[in-house]
Formats: sequence, C-alpha cells, structure tokens
Amino acid sequence: MLIGAVAPLVVGIILKVLFTPEKVGISISGALIYFTIPMPLQNLPITESQVNSALVIVTILFLCLYFTHGLTVKAELKRQLVAEWIVKQTQSLVKTNMSDYFSGFAPFVASIMALSAFSSLLSLFGMYPPTSDINIVGGWAILVFILITYYKMKCGPLHYAKSFGDPVPFLAPLNVISEVATPISMAFRHYGNVLSGAVISVLVATGLQGLTNIIFGWLPGFLGNIPFLQIGLPAILSVYFDLFSGCLQAFIFAMLTMLYVASGFPEEDYLARRAKKLARLKK
Amino acid sequence: MEIAIGIILGCCALGAGAAMIAGIGPGIGEGNAVASACEAIGRQPECKGSVTTTMLMGCAIAETTGLYALVIAILLIFVAPNMLVNILLNAVK
Repeated sequence: MLIGAVAPLVVGIILKVLFTPEKVGISISGALIYFTIPMPLQNLPITESQVNSALVIVTILFLCLYFTHGLTVKAELKRQLVAEWIVKQTQSLVKTNMSDYFSGFAPFVASIMALSAFSSLLSLFGMYPPTSDINIVGGWAILVFILITYYKMKCGPLHYAKSFGDPVPFLAPLNVISEVATPISMAFRHYGNVLSGAVISVLVATGLQGLTNIIFGWLPGFLGNIPFLQIGLPAILSVYFDLFSGCLQAFIFAMLTMLYVASGFPEEDYLARRAKKLARLKK
Repeated sequence: MEIAIGIILGCCALGAGAAMIAGIGPGIGEGNAVASACEAIGRQPECKGSVTTTMLMGCAIAETTGLYALVIAILLIFVAPNMLVNILLNAVK
C-alpha cells in the first residue's frame, strides 16, 4: 500500500526530469506542457499541474487504503489511531462551524483539505505544486461555488432570486457582484499565496547566488563557484512558505468552504417549508 | 522601434511596482488583527486556541486585496510585455 502512495511521487519526479528543458541559472516559469491532445475546438495541453494533481489523488487514495485496511473494533494498530484522529478532528471541525444539518459534510471537507495540503507540499520534492496554477484552484473554487448555489437553491429558485434584493431591491447588482466575487477571491487567495511563496524563494536564491559571487568570487578554482550563502537560508524560507503556508492555506480553503456553504443555506426557511410540505402530504 | 519596446517594458515594470503599493493595506490590517488577538489572549489565556484560529482566518481574508495586487503585478511582469510587444509589432507590419 505504501508503495502505491510513494510511486506517484517518483513518477512525477521522473516526468519532471525527462521533460525539463536545459536552462542556465534560476528562472520563474509556469507549468511545463508535457504533450497536447488535438481537439476540434482548441488543442488541449496536458500540463505538469494536471498530471501532478492526478498523481496527488492517487497518492491520497493509497494513503487512505493504507490507513483503513485491517480495522478492528478496539484500536490495536498505530495507523488506525491516526485514521481515527483525522476523522474525529474533521467531524468536530464541521460540527463547530456548520449546523447539524451538514453533519455529512465531513468527508468532503477532509478530502478538500487533504488535496490542497498534499498539492502544496509537492514543492518539497521539487515538483511543481498544482496549487500555484490558477486553473486547478479555480476548478475547486467553481466546485465550491456550485455547492453554495445548490444549498441557496434548496428553498426554490424564487427564494434564491429574492435573496439578491435583500436589504433594498436596488442593491441587487452589488449583491450579484459579491456573489460572483466569492469563487474568484477564493481561487486567487489560494493561488496567490502559494505562487508568492515560490516567487520570493526564487528571488532570495538568485540574490544569494549573486552575493556569493561578489564575496567569494576571488577564491581559486571550483571553490569560487560554490554558492556558500545559498546553504541554509532558503531552507528556512521553505519551512515557512512550503510547510506552514501550504497547510494553512488548505485549512483556510476548507474553513471558507464550510462558512460560505453554512451561511448561504437558509435553514429556518427550509425547515419551515419542509414541515409545511409534510403537513400537506399527510392531508 | 527599440525605444517603443523599451517604453513598454519600463512602464510594465513601473505599473507592477505601483500595483504592489496595495501591500500597505493588508499589512496594517493584519497588524491590527494580530495586535488585538495578542491582547485577547493576554486577557483570557484559556481561549488561546479559538482566538488563534479566528485570527488566522481574519488574516487570510484581509490578505485578499493584497493578493489581487500581487496577481496584477505578476500579470504585468510575465504576461503583459509579450502581449503588448506583439500588438506593437503587428501594428507596425
């Protein structure tokens, strides 16, 4: 099982090594395009971010299988304790942030969190993190937007349309804009945080390389070519930008999903409506 | 021609720098949020966990405007020069 979890990472690194063009120095570039599939309307490029996110999904699948196989009623294995801890934490998180109606929401929240966190952590292996591509994160944001709209529609389209003219009817255009701004801001928040970390890391690494050339450039032979100052400091930055920021953004994305869905759902109206319907059916 | 391309590149860089002035706002806002959170923890150390979570959420939301500016700056540096120079070359043809 663990081999299945590690194999996608190895595949990703090999693909990256095979397809990376030869280049001089450090540069900031987007995702590599592995190959393009011809399509009737427009060619479909299969990029590094798509492949990497698929590999992350396979990794998470095998990790889940590893954690949950051979479960016993009384926990004997360490991995079962870990799995129970994860389930308990997400369930308590969902319970504190959403109403009781959403008690089945925990698996979705956990999977979004795991996908986002593992995608951001890919940069630790030198692979391209899919979350620093707006297309991937934009897809998640659209998914969340569909969920929000679905729960707002629970009381029927008329109730949904009425909610736009909430305080005063002439504010409706502004409400529409704020409705559309939700997925855009969610996508940009996640993407911008991961991308800015990558950009700052590259800038610092390049700057340190230049500084080493100035200070230690006079050393004879190959000693002058070793970037002494690049040892250490980029690693500290990586702990913040890759580890801390990646996990934090995953948490924030899942948290915002829960808050938006829970606040968009008109629970009292829905319950009253359902009670009325049931009463009508009984007659 | 070289002068025109130079002006395009320079103005893109200037615009990116000007866009990042928006970084001031989230800086002040997040500073206020963290200051208040420290105060709250000092007053009630027992609710440190929930205060920290709420503070991180608030910081993330306050950061959004700064990230919009960052996205615009990145577009101006990496995307806009190519596009504008291509438009210029096509127009000259």
